[in-house]
Amino acid sequence: MKIMICPLNGARPVSEFVYGGEVRHAPEPARCSDAEWSDYVFNRSGSPGIKYEWWCHIASGFWFIALRDTARDVVLATYPADKARELAPVDPRS
Amino acid sequence: MYRLEPQAREWIDRSTVLRFLFEDAPCEGYAGDTLSSALAASRPYFARSFKYHRPRGVLSCANHDSNALFQVDGIPNVRGDVTLLREGMHVAAVNTFGGLARDRARILDRFARFLPVGFYYKAFHSKRWFPRWERMFRAITGLGSVTLSAERRTTPKRYGFCDVLVIGGGPSGLAAALAAAEAGARVTVVDEAHRLGGASVLNDAERQAFDSLLRAVQASARIAVLSATAAVGCYADRWVALAEPERLTKMRAQAVVFATGVIEQPAVFRNNDLPGVMLASGAWRLAERYGVAPGRSVVMVGANSEAYSVCRDLAARGVRIAAIVDLRAASAAGPGTAGAGADDRGAGGACADAAACASLGIPILKGFAPCEAFAGRDGRVCALAVAPIDEIGRGGAAAGSPRRIECDAVLMSVGFAPAGQLLLQAGAGAAFCAELQQFVPLDLPAGLFAAGRVNGVYEFAARLADGRRAGAQAAAHAGFGAGSAASIERSTRRPSHPFPIFGHPAGKNFVDFDEDLQVKDLENAAQEGFDSSELLKRFSTVGMGPSQGKHSHMNALRILARVRRVRVEELGLTTFRPMYHPVPLKLLAGRGFNIERRTPLDGRHRALGAVWMPAGNWRRPEYYAVEGESREQSIEAEVEAVRTTVGLIDVSTLGKIELYGPQAGAFLDRAYAGSYANLRVGTTRYGLMLDESGVIIDDGVIARLGAERFYFTTTTGGSASVFRELSRLNALWGLDCALVNVTGHRAAFNFAGPASREILQSLTDVDLGEASFPYLAAREGSIAGVGARVLRVGFVGELGYEIHVPASGAARLWQALYEAGRPRGLRPFGVEAQRVLRLEKGHLIVGQDTDGLTDPFEAGARWAVSMKKPFFVGQRSLKILESRGPRQKLTGIEVLDAARVPKECHLVIDRGAIAGRVTSVARSRTLGKTIGLAMLAPPLAEPGSEIRIRAEGGEMLAARVVAVPFYDPDNLRQRAGLAA
Repeated sequence: MKIMICPLNGARPVSEFVYGGEVRHAPEPARCSDAEWSDYVFNRSGSPGIKYEWWCHIASGFWFIALRDTARDVVLATYPADKARELAPVDPRS
Repeated sequence: MYRLEPQAREWIDRSTVLRFLFEDAPCEGYAGDTLSSALAASRPYFARSFKYHRPRGVLSCANHDSNALFQVDGIPNVRGDVTLLREGMHVAAVNTFGGLARDRARILDRFARFLPVGFYYKAFHSKRWFPRWERMFRAITGLGSVTLSAERRTTPKRYGFCDVLVIGGGPSGLAAALAAAEAGARVTVVDEAHRLGGASVLNDAERQAFDSLLRAVQASARIAVLSATAAVGCYADRWVALAEPERLTKMRAQAVVFATGVIEQPAVFRNNDLPGVMLASGAWRLAERYGVAPGRSVVMVGANSEAYSVCRDLAARGVRIAAIVDLRAASAAGPGTAGAGADDRGAGGACADAAACASLGIPILKGFAPCEAFAGRDGRVCALAVAPIDEIGRGGAAAGSPRRIECDAVLMSVGFAPAGQLLLQAGAGAAFCAELQQFVPLDLPAGLFAAGRVNGVYEFAARLADGRRAGAQAAAHAGFGAGSAASIERSTRRPSHPFPIFGHPAGKNFVDFDEDLQVKDLENAAQEGFDSSELLKRFSTVGMGPSQGKHSHMNALRILARVRRVRVEELGLTTFRPMYHPVPLKLLAGRGFNIERRTPLDGRHRALGAVWMPAGNWRRPEYYAVEGESREQSIEAEVEAVRTTVGLIDVSTLGKIELYGPQAGAFLDRAYAGSYANLRVGTTRYGLMLDESGVIIDDGVIARLGAERFYFTTTTGGSASVFRELSRLNALWGLDCALVNVTGHRAAFNFAGPASREILQSLTDVDLGEASFPYLAAREGSIAGVGARVLRVGFVGELGYEIHVPASGAARLWQALYEAGRPRGLRPFGVEAQRVLRLEKGHLIVGQDTDGLTDPFEAGARWAVSMKKPFFVGQRSLKILESRGPRQKLTGIEVLDAARVPKECHLVIDRGAIAGRVTSVARSRTLGKTIGLAMLAPPLAEPGSEIRIRAEGGEMLAARVVAVPFYDPDNLRQRAGLAA
């Protein structure tokens, strides 16, 4: 079983975590076309590579970001969830 | 074979005789014997092969004998070479029809030429007949038989932790363990044998050195030893599965040393599978540990110095060696060619063994090879024909007449293959070292180290040094000591012959003893185009038997290389996958483990006669059984109590979440479809949760308890996932608020019915008057002395209060409400009555009346969506969906024949096509009708239109679309507590 380094809890077995999908950049709802929005909602890239992903430590309910090489299944780094806003800025209007 | 006089270091206790049954015949052995050693000492052979049902005996005695499998006391495929004998065991050979000697399937051996490799692919591909052939082959082949009536054998699993795990308890493994322990690491040593010692043949001086090593290991407080334990899989981040006889240990190590050694490989010649033909190291183990001599006249077929060591050792025990047939020519040639004499370079001990054998007068035939072994009347080998190696042509016909040596045992010492499967599984590479004729590990992943013969290090002192190096490096990786700068000193001799494979026109020269594969089988497979190592394996099944190629993989590669005229290193290895060694399923099988949650009121429900149903992972009362009432009557009575006086239901299974912070309202506005930032303190609002595609995923009631304090519920099934997703959204948005999941902390009841206010008022100081506590309000206060949050809700369509209390006060409050309501006719009601009540009000249940595609417009929940907000999850998708119009609509239906009740998910048929489905249905005694909700195509969804439902057995039921709510359409009862 793999070990995941949680930014809050340290090294824990991966069975204590759930995967929450790739960190993706939502197009701005007010400006994008219907087609662009549908593409964002329904299409995911399954191609292997180095990706930022959402992971949650179940026991503590802590969400964070992991940088993972999905081709080799190696977690290269983990970050607090602030990283997600850095990667995909949230619409500032609300 | 026979027992020798007691040996100095034998593992058996000759004073304790054990009696057991072998196929109903009484047999004897000694305490400490294995099944194989006891049977080998008393019987000419004790097993039959898988395909041709040929007699077989001992091969390695090292846990890898795939022919020495037995059915023992109902357990199939027990390994005879490692399983200790017990008094009264009932042992039978596998692969026989009617017993070992009279096996009816032994005739198959004569039909071998009609059963070439892959014959079943070619002969039995008719789709019609294949199932029949398959059944027939399953019956003929197939190892041990599973007794379906056998008792369940549960074994424990545990987690283990250590700094350095050493796999293999031979000289290099123990040296590694000691070095790591000396550096300060906690070490665990595992070995598949019952005792440490490894698999290599040691001389007297080496044994003494090993014994002192063993004493040091046993004396070390930092070293734990697990014997009779196989490391069967090496997974990510050094997580190693250890299969003990009755337990699985999941070992997490900071570093792992693979001192897994090598596996001796057989020579391939005609009848090399006869009982009595065995590996030299296996014969040595039999003599050393169990005092069993391989025979009274032994021929050694050798190609390395180990052959002479074993002969010298056996001769010293009084075993007569008839001849040593050395594949290597007397004149030295360069390494890498057949007949090379490079073996003895730099190995003084080995030279001494050869000289000792010569001085004992043992005939040594240099440059000779075996042509054929002959079987005697008892089925065992009785002679070996040998010829000069260069006279045995590719086809196997000897040019001159072969020399025949009478014997009753043939030992093979022609080479080794590394036991590197675990390393390869773990991600290491392998390079073929032509000097050694062996694969050696390459590019080991971080934290993994190899030591000893698996590394190609053969001399005893060098193995100890290599073990110390690996142990020190592993300890350093785990954070102990300074490591070691030493490098791996590979052997300079050549322990393995490059091609110990000899053809014969009549075949029966076996490469794989598991699957009875001959040289020509592999050659034919390669010539048919299955000429990569992976294809060859799959077509011929080489290496796919119980020993997983431990004795066949290397020779199969050599044959393939020769057919393709390439070097072995150009072919590459097949992929090794867990398990390394067969593992009893009992070690892997999990225990049944289903979480079942119970509310704090579980005991009350039981006392009230609750009939349980699962809801999410909770158990909830479906209804409360009352003596003299049927299920339907009880449910109707529960419904009636709510409609006429008062009812009480435990809704503690709802997800319950608290939300705090200045931006709590803004957070809910983004996460839910409705508006909450503008919600007044002390009021509630329905909450509808959507996903990004605009589909309804959850709902609940959101109460504002303070300016920066919300309390809200989720569905029972969605409580964990909704909280998790809200937490993620909170982490993503970074708003100034925080969520707490209080689902387990708090209990909740719905106390509903026309009399609810009056009864509840008698238990609380909170003013429940209509003006001060109106519909959809929320209050905090004490009820019957329990601090409560009270939400005025209308889910069941009557005046009602959802009361949330700490779990610790739940039973007290339930009892107070129950006792106060009982004189008025209160009934506790279960999930089924609640479903009828809410259906009468036309309220949907997320997940039942909606599915993975239902949006709020289709579900008739447009009123719960605030499209004017700048943003909420699903809003952008809803804009697209709104412009397109709904594909289906959730509508109320009334079955015209009130006595007929269709089932949920029955289809609505319109002009021969599916036009919708029933999502909820119930017989409403309140209304005297059968009512339901259905998801319908828009043209059918207008009130008044008639639909047809395809019920059970194809019967068509007529129904009418009606407006919801069915009951109290103006919501007077729940709003004001008035009678409608």
